[in-house]
Amino acid sequence: MVEHVKPIQPTWCPGCGDFGVMAAVKKGLLELKIPSEDLVLVGGIGCSGGIHNFMDGYGFHALHGRLLPTAIGVKLANPRLTVLAIGGDGDGYAIGMGHFVHSLKKNASIVYVVMNNETYGLTKGQASPTSLVGFEGNVEPPIDAVLTALSVAGSGFIARGFSGSPKEATNLITQALRYTQERNGFAFVEILSPCVTYNDTYDLWRSKVQDVGKLPGYDKSDRGKAFATCLEVMQQGKIPIGEIYMPPPEKRFRSLDASLIPDPTKGPATLDISVSANAEKYAKMLANLE
Amino acid sequence: MTKELLSGNDAVAEGVRLARAEVVAAYPITPQTTIVERLAEMVARHELAAEYIPVESEHSAMAASIGASLTGARAFTATSSQGLALMHEMLHWASGQRVPVVMANVNRALAPPWNIWVDHSDSMAQRDTGWIQLYAETNEEALASVLQAYRVAEDPEVLLPAMVMLDAFVLSHTYMPVDVPSQAAVDSFLPRYQPVARVEPGSMQLFGSFSPPDLTFMEFRRDTALAMDRARQKLLQAGKDYARLVGGEPLGLIDEYRTEDAEIVLLALGSLAAAARDTVDEFRRNGQKVGLARLRSFRPFPEEEIRSLGRKAHSVVVVERAHSFGSGGPVATEVRSALLGLPSPPAVASYIAGLGGREVTPKHLGALVERATKKETPREAWVGVKELVA
Ligand SMILES: Cc1ncc(C[n+]2csc(CCOP(=O)(O)OP(=O)(O)O)c2C)c(N)n1
Ligand code: SF4
Ligand SMILES: [Mg+2]
Repeated sequence: MVEHVKPIQPTWCPGCGDFGVMAAVKKGLLELKIPSEDLVLVGGIGCSGGIHNFMDGYGFHALHGRLLPTAIGVKLANPRLTVLAIGGDGDGYAIGMGHFVHSLKKNASIVYVVMNNETYGLTKGQASPTSLVGFEGNVEPPIDAVLTALSVAGSGFIARGFSGSPKEATNLITQALRYTQERNGFAFVEILSPCVTYNDTYDLWRSKVQDVGKLPGYDKSDRGKAFATCLEVMQQGKIPIGEIYMPPPEKRFRSLDASLIPDPTKGPATLDISVSANAEKYAKMLANLE
Repeated sequence: MTKELLSGNDAVAEGVRLARAEVVAAYPITPQTTIVERLAEMVARHELAAEYIPVESEHSAMAASIGASLTGARAFTATSSQGLALMHEMLHWASGQRVPVVMANVNRALAPPWNIWVDHSDSMAQRDTGWIQLYAETNEEALASVLQAYRVAEDPEVLLPAMVMLDAFVLSHTYMPVDVPSQAAVDSFLPRYQPVARVEPGSMQLFGSFSPPDLTFMEFRRDTALAMDRARQKLLQAGKDYARLVGGEPLGLIDEYRTEDAEIVLLALGSLAAAARDTVDEFRRNGQKVGLARLRSFRPFPEEEIRSLGRKAHSVVVVERAHSFGSGGPVATEVRSALLGLPSPPAVASYIAGLGGREVTPKHLGALVERATKKETPREAWVGVKELVA
């Protein structure tokens, strides 16, 4: 269903971290001069996912957790559009976790922003996959989406910001947009965005964030070292933020490797599955298995 | 029995506590969430000896419930709208595997556009999944239906999953006085679940294996169909036994109000029936023979009950909160089919009303009955739709 509407006032609670994330997204788009009419915002389901109602551009409210395949469909069908998928930690790491990992693998040229408040805000504050042990009776250690993303071989740009540090958050969004433009790949930015109503973590997070870029010798183009450093920072009770990973320029993704593209003149691959005609072959195969 | 002021969601949770459910797996969704939040609190306070599994989606909630039920545990989950839609393939799995999982579904509209208000499209779309479907009119009935659902679902001659529906907000979040039965009374009505097959150490069985055309596939399906047919009698019996052992009026497959001599019968589901009762009273005050048939059980469908109504009435006015695109009101369609072959079947008017929570008042329903008094019985009409301006 299509509706022509002007952006409305955000319905977020006063003080919600999502305001800071939206400001960062808007500034990043302005910085790169991306016109609203070329912009597609695909929102997830959650307080965070309502963002497309509050901004200029095409807005699409996806199903809970299904924003990424939708956004990828839009981008691959019309690459001239700038496509942003924006949702929450529940949306992306609970019900949508499968799509998250596969989108990293697929590496389509979109920006994925997750507003992580370590809770299901919209359904009133239950434990989410990123909630700490003890929050609302949660007994399961949280998922760290940056580590998850780093573990996927095809991953592109990976970053984490904090809504309480608007300048840095804006910079990360700008970098992500630039990455998709210049490198034609998937950019993932998680922004720590406190839910003042159900999980007010402003002070806690301000005291815990550690910009990895400021650590001596940090090399954001080395996936293995980035993983090890993030893990180390976490083990010290801190939260790694900043530009975590930027694939080295020489990194080629499979889809760009011409030798892997099937020869269209050869027709589709076929498999002869007639058992009687191949009885001998199968017997040999079975014998080899034993 | 104690009288308590409970929301529909609280009433469902009380029913689950009294049923001594052993596993609760759920994912939050408005307006269901407070059911499982209340259950989680009960588990935390040791008022309910159950495992509470917070899962990552409704698909997993149903999968975990099925797994738990296979071990012989009494399993419960609750959902609404998109959550139920996401469960769809698991719903087939539950009935195909014959596990008596009971679920509460708070009826809410499906997106897009997003809407969290009452609408029956979510559960109507699960018509063919092999689940028993009961629609509650009041919070007290929601509680009773949870208990009766377990009793019928777990009957060795049925062994089918069951869902209990309650209307978003109108019931789920509205407080009503509810008679909460004693644990002893419930225990006499609902003994421990005795599975015919279960997963446990010391034995080996295959569940849900491959079955090509010439083996047992059709036989499994026919067995499910027969079990659902047997559920009709079992539901009637459970209604009677519940009234005797626990309390209240016996609940059947349909609930009739002032239909004895009714020439026009309003037919509705869920909380719409409460409004329809006022409409019926209004017409009765003017000496007009109008009655109400509330469809409590949509699956199994009460064909016989509908036919006996049809023998007396000249018109049946079906008002429902769902639509099957390209066909019509799903309930009206089945009512028409049930009436086929009667010597002089009544005309069936089909009204689509109250989608996405659009208000339906006794006055609206009165206008529809008024049309029936003039023998106006549209094949399909939508109530209260605004004309969209381009
Ligand atoms: C299939 C399905 N299940 C459940 C819901 C209910 N629901 C809406 S938002 C939400 C969680 C939101 O959490 P998150 O993604 O972290 O967003 P936040 O509100 O915290 O920004 C849930 C469970 C839904 N809309 N669809
Ligand atoms: S509930 Fe939390 S996440 Fe949602 S708008 Fe309010 S502060 Fe933000
Ligand atoms: Mg969240």
